[in-house]
Amino acid sequence: MFSGEEVASLFARCDVTHVVTVPDSTLGRWEPANQQAGIRLVRVCREGEAWAVAGGLYLGGARPVVVIQCTGLFESGDSLRNILHDWKLPIFSVIGYRSYLNQETLPGDTALIFTEPTLKAWQIDYRFITKPDEFEVFARHLETCSREGKAGAVLIAEGKA
Amino acid sequence: MSASPVGMPLVEALAALRVERREDDVVISAMGAAREWMTLGTHPLDWVFVPSSMGQATSLGLGLALAQPQRRIIVLNGDGSTLMNLGSLVTITAEQPANLVIVTFDNGVYEITGAQPTPGGVAGRKAGDRVDYLGLARAAGFRSTFHFTGLAEWVAGVRGVLDATGPTFTLLDVAPVPGARGPRSPGPTSERARRFMAALRG
Repeated sequence: MFSGEEVASLFARCDVTHVVTVPDSTLGRWEPANQQAGIRLVRVCREGEAWAVAGGLYLGGARPVVVIQCTGLFESGDSLRNILHDWKLPIFSVIGYRSYLNQETLPGDTALIFTEPTLKAWQIDYRFITKPDEFEVFARHLETCSREGKAGAVLIAEGKA
Repeated sequence: MSASPVGMPLVEALAALRVERREDDVVISAMGAAREWMTLGTHPLDWVFVPSSMGQATSLGLGLALAQPQRRIIVLNGDGSTLMNLGSLVTITAEQPANLVIVTFDNGVYEITGAQPTPGGVAGRKAGDRVDYLGLARAAGFRSTFHFTGLAEWVAGVRGVLDATGPTFTLLDVAPVPGARGPRSPGPTSERARRFMAALRG
């Protein structure tokens, strides 16, 4: 969907200091560009950790972004709830939507059923991006959330270039 | 078979730590440790992680340690919480923050829900053994590891623990607090977060 260079450039423009991540085959390709842009990667073992690590980074004055797949969003529940809602820390996340553009590869994949309802249940202000020409939607949402100190997310369709 | 190793009193173990805590140290406390830590007083750099997501104190501590490498970050955690986020031990050692100290209070039970055995404690295991948390920490790659079974030993050793090169993992055998309840939030979260961040900025 987007190149690592595009994403890294946006992150740098928004003063992102850390990417806290469990990669998938789409999001992981951004890692070299992020590192070249001077953005530090923190690789966590499970996605629930990512929200708490990002929360600690934010409290300490850094500007982290959580980058995970939608399956990791499902895993994240209680930690996400605590950081975004109990503590109201404005953590932005990038959620990869597994196989959305290539649904025949995983027939019966319930990630397609539960991803958006989960984002809505957690009251996350997200933008759903399905086309490469929607990079500006991603950029505008991250810029707005950064400027206004709000949590938010982009859900990025994966599965096809 | 006892539910936990006979251990030192939690509040006295915390009091010993409080004596050695530097003014610029951040202390993150969770669950039973938070409940007792609050009884010992307040400090602008205390992050009482209440409400919490159980198990996430070590991860929050890692984030703070990375963002504030000039400060020592001390995390007061329980054995049940450790079990909920064992992967965080590996995440921490991947980053090797020299300023992060994890202190794990092992009483073998989920104290605040009525002292049911954890699956890591003696009473929660078919074999009647006890999970070797120190061994887990060593295997994960913590640079400094310590184990204290008695209060006198802990009082004598706490400064050495805090001054060791991190990441540091310390295990303390503590006795469950009979009838203990969960910690109460000491105030509105947004306001506490704002004050804490201001204290970090000095």
